[in-house]
Amino acid sequence: MEVAEAKSKKAGPRQCSTCNERRAALKRPKTLEQICRECFYAVFEEEIHQVIVENQLFKPGERIAIGASGGKDSTVLAYVLSELNRRHNYGLDLFLLSVDEGITGYRDDSLETVKRNEIQYGLPLKVVSYKDLYGWTMDEIVKMIGLKNNCTFCGVFRRQALDRGAAMLKVDKLATGHNADDIAETVLLNILRGDIARLSRCTSITTGEDGPIPRCKPFKYTYEKEIVMYAYFKRLDYFSTECIYSPNAYRGFAREFIKDLERIRPRAILDIIKSGENFRISTSAKMPEQGTCERCGYISSQKWCKACVLLDGLNRGLPKLGIGRARGLNNGLEKDSKQTNGTKNIQSKQCGTLDF
Amino acid sequence: MQLTLEFGGGLELLCNSVKVHNVTVDPQDGEEKLTMKKLLSWVRTNLIKERPEMFMKGDSVRPGVLVLVNDCDWELSGQLDTILEEKDVIVFISTLHGG
Ligand SMILES: [Zn+2]
Ligand SMILES: [Zn+2]
Ligand SMILES: [Zn+2]
Repeated sequence: MEVAEAKSKKAGPRQCSTCNERRAALKRPKTLEQICRECFYAVFEEEIHQVIVENQLFKPGERIAIGASGGKDSTVLAYVLSELNRRHNYGLDLFLLSVDEGITGYRDDSLETVKRNEIQYGLPLKVVSYKDLYGWTMDEIVKMIGLKNNCTFCGVFRRQALDRGAAMLKVDKLATGHNADDIAETVLLNILRGDIARLSRCTSITTGEDGPIPRCKPFKYTYEKEIVMYAYFKRLDYFSTECIYSPNAYRGFAREFIKDLERIRPRAILDIIKSGENFRISTSAKMPEQGTCERCGYISSQKWCKACVLLDGLNRGLPKLGIGRARGLNNGLEKDSKQTNGTKNIQSKQCGTLDF
Repeated sequence: MQLTLEFGGGLELLCNSVKVHNVTVDPQDGEEKLTMKKLLSWVRTNLIKERPEMFMKGDSVRPGVLVLVNDCDWELSGQLDTILEEKDVIVFISTLHGG
């Protein structure tokens, strides 16, 4: 008796504020509304559709690669994009693009998740590996350099690997799963680093339009909480084991700070993105010149791109080359060592998950 | 009372990689009801085998850990003050892993 009464009391006042019919299932961080599952699916998908339309992220007939790690963000992105593509006739050819860093027991497992997604969502999958592109797996790199700094390699190599994979797929654009929390975190880090160039770039929903493969972030305004709730309620299949080479990294202090703020005032995440957008670069601030790497032809503001500097070090048995603060050996290669260094001091996420 | 606890999004790694735990937890210190607050401290003592700071901060879950009671966001049921009942299913999901 008492239990039944309590149960109904528990369920009673929490009706969906949208349909006023069903029981609310979550509180939306963006609006603080209490909302049922069905209304949540509808509004979650519709908001992403609106972001895509308003920002003209895609054009009919385009080939789009979705950067797929097997994790929550890219899994939900693949699911939602293929759904919206059908529902609203975007006319897109969607592909999954994954990078195999060569990390036994981590990436091979998450790749299994992506392979299941390939079947579940009917999207063709392309995997590019560090071994094929660079001649080194992360396992081999870690054997050589140890556990310190390996995420620097991971991050630099992954960014380029995605571009190369996208070129192989002949796609027009790469969509990544960066969410609002990620972008707010990056805004904060770039403010703390005083990195004006990145600060103005990191809130752009589309980047690299002047480069070979533009990238876009359809989840720019989508809260991580909602992405995870969506994946949970829809029982989407994603992989969430931490990288074995940075087991305690999770996220750095900036992420922690963002999450603390969100608990007090969920709007804070959108506010930080907004304030990032409001920074305009003054014409006097020096932007790095974009050129191409003399060695591999990848875009680079230096003589050699970061990946080539790191690779050169690995191949010569001097793996510390190109990492962290200016080292003697490096100076000849870098036109502006102040620009490339200094940015790695505040480590954010593991494995360059946050490269913009 | 009997409860089902589920850990996901990487949190299962903190409890021997076991995702689902069927447990019996009773109110203590002469209290009649079991609250989420009490359950969390029970979980920390009895289920979390390593790095409890990944699960908790202060007497609540670490920000970024989602909690659902019977598939309902605990932010709708009073968070730490949520009163648990027989056969409730409590799910903890970390949002802090991978992208
Ligand atoms: Zn509803
Ligand atoms: Zn290069
Ligand atoms: Zn790593």
